[in-house]
Amino acid sequence: MTTTQTEHHDIVGRGNRDGAQLFRDWFTELSDTAKSGGQSAYVFVMGSLNEILKVFDLPVVFPEINSLQTAVRRVAHEYLSEAEDYGYSPDICGYVKADVAVQLRHGDHPMGDIPKPSIAVLTNACNTYIKWAEIWQRMYDIPMVTIDVPGSREADGQTWRGDGDFENDRRYVQAQLEELITVCEQVTGKKFDIDKLREILRYANDISVGWKKVLDLNRSRPSLFNALTDGTIYLGVANGFRGTETGSRYFRELVEEMEYKAEHKIGTMTEELYRLLFVGVPCYPIFRRFNELFSEWGGTFINSTYLWFASGGANKGFEYDLDRPMESLAEGLLISVRDAMDSMFHQDRVLVDMIDEYHVDGIIYHPIKSCRTVSTGLADARRYVAKQRDVPSLFIESDMMDRRVVSEAQMKNRIDAFFEGLASRRRQAVIQ
Amino acid sequence: MAYAAGVDVGSTQTKAVIIDEERKIVSTALIDTGANVIQAAQHAYDSALKSSKIREVEVEYIIGTGYGRYRVTFGNAQVTEISCHGRGAVHMFPKTRTVVDMGGQDTKAIRVNDLGEIVDFCMNDKCAAGTGRFLGAAATALDIPLNDLGTTALKFNKPVRISTTCTVFAESEVLSWLGKGKKIEDILWGVHQSIASRSAGLLRRVGVEDEVTFTGGVTRNVAMVKAIEDRLETKLNVSEESHYMGALGAALFALDHILESRNPRKSVEATS
Repeated sequence: MTTTQTEHHDIVGRGNRDGAQLFRDWFTELSDTAKSGGQSAYVFVMGSLNEILKVFDLPVVFPEINSLQTAVRRVAHEYLSEAEDYGYSPDICGYVKADVAVQLRHGDHPMGDIPKPSIAVLTNACNTYIKWAEIWQRMYDIPMVTIDVPGSREADGQTWRGDGDFENDRRYVQAQLEELITVCEQVTGKKFDIDKLREILRYANDISVGWKKVLDLNRSRPSLFNALTDGTIYLGVANGFRGTETGSRYFRELVEEMEYKAEHKIGTMTEELYRLLFVGVPCYPIFRRFNELFSEWGGTFINSTYLWFASGGANKGFEYDLDRPMESLAEGLLISVRDAMDSMFHQDRVLVDMIDEYHVDGIIYHPIKSCRTVSTGLADARRYVAKQRDVPSLFIESDMMDRRVVSEAQMKNRIDAFFEGLASRRRQAVIQ
Repeated sequence: MAYAAGVDVGSTQTKAVIIDEERKIVSTALIDTGANVIQAAQHAYDSALKSSKIREVEVEYIIGTGYGRYRVTFGNAQVTEISCHGRGAVHMFPKTRTVVDMGGQDTKAIRVNDLGEIVDFCMNDKCAAGTGRFLGAAATALDIPLNDLGTTALKFNKPVRISTTCTVFAESEVLSWLGKGKKIEDILWGVHQSIASRSAGLLRRVGVEDEVTFTGGVTRNVAMVKAIEDRLETKLNVSEESHYMGALGAALFALDHILESRNPRKSVEATS
């Protein structure tokens, strides 16, 4: 192999390889914690507060990620059925039900053992978070700390640094973070260390900046990564390794990989025919197949609102000011979580702006039965985008967890019709 | 003269259409799909060939459509029924901008442009509520032949309000109205209104724009035509061929292929 070939082999696909390995390492650590009876914090992707929890050396458990992994590994139905047998309604969030079953099985999960929580930390970004954490509170008698993050008061109506409202919101969030620190000290018996927080914030900055850069680089033609498949791996690292040296290094190398691919015009497909935006949560029960239904037509996902809200708004690339860590942490949480909520509820205007910038051929809306929070309003948002720009879109409904409401044949029919329309449109454009 | 064919394998019936280079229908065939989908497709196509006296070698290109399109083993390509119904409807009624297709297991609302291309579409999901299957359940419950449903329903005097479009609950609701002494025609008209209401909901999701063309097997039901017209307050385009619209669209796509392969720069219907 020549030096160039070796370099190519080492760099291209590194993000996926290393990401998969980090995931395994993470779950191995969780298994070890579970076996030793060690402490852990249960958190959520929209506002995980890894930054504070890492100061106290608390391993973080993301039940949302645990749940989606049961779907990817095609065993979600076993967990869902167990929770439904226990008494949870089929209409309740699939993530919640799969997690309840994990708890009922004493942490037994296809990727390893999940430790019991010592504390639950959440924000109000999703209304289900609160009811979900109350389940653990009842099961394990643990403290539950809810950070109330004020959202946008209207679409495109965010307040910013320097505004009176923003300062009030920031102080409100900061006061809650200080309460969280007190609870963490009580749970772990450790003293809070501001310098350690500073170091963690520095690593978190690297991840936020890197994540934004990776997403921005996918403007390239051909696209450098598939936002639905590859992007979900990067997203997992961004959440699980936030505030760590490992995460910082991963994103530095991921940016390097993307820049290399952009420079050498290395895309994800042999022939990229259609560049698509994805709106919603992936269809995890048929994760790979779902993507194939698009890639078989030459379609690839170049960006996804999932990568915005499920990273807790880290896509904004917010950088903490290390000279005033607590104030800045509150600012960052306020801005990022607010943006995560906006990515679910007001993503339409951002999508319109992206159409030219990312050379978008179509938009795929994927509302899901299990989560009305991300699904409500998508039909209206789609109508708004359609009025602004003549870009075809497809509305397909399924689920992120429950294969009982995923009909691959019906989905394929709609996707095929969508691409037939795209192909016909392109043919007519050539004729005219 | 070259010929093109479309075979639409639906959940209940399989349709075949053969057209000539002038896009005129030269033959059609209709059979029940049954359990053997591959055989149904072959039989429908053979039947169309037989009644037209066209030899198999004269049919240059065949496109399969419908849920069983990949089971048209002798076909050259597949196109979804969504695209085919849109294409067929605009060919038959050129001012069509909205299509409502009601078949055995699904109902589709399709918005098209002047070329018959799909602008948007919407259809029922796994649930068969508000589809032809619902009419079938009502027919069974009332012990009336499916073909007589429409004419019977139009004799209504005091229609009842059917609260469900769920095929599973249809029978029990129909029977409960019978138990209350309601007349069959009044119950049946209520059934048709209920389905029309659901279809109108689908249509409004894609946006109703005149003219509206009704396609699919249920077009033969005169009460369904009236119920949808009442609900939308607009006249529907319906013809004898409406049942074959998907197969016709498929045949038109097949003819496009034949003509394009002769002259790649022009040939699609839009340029003719």
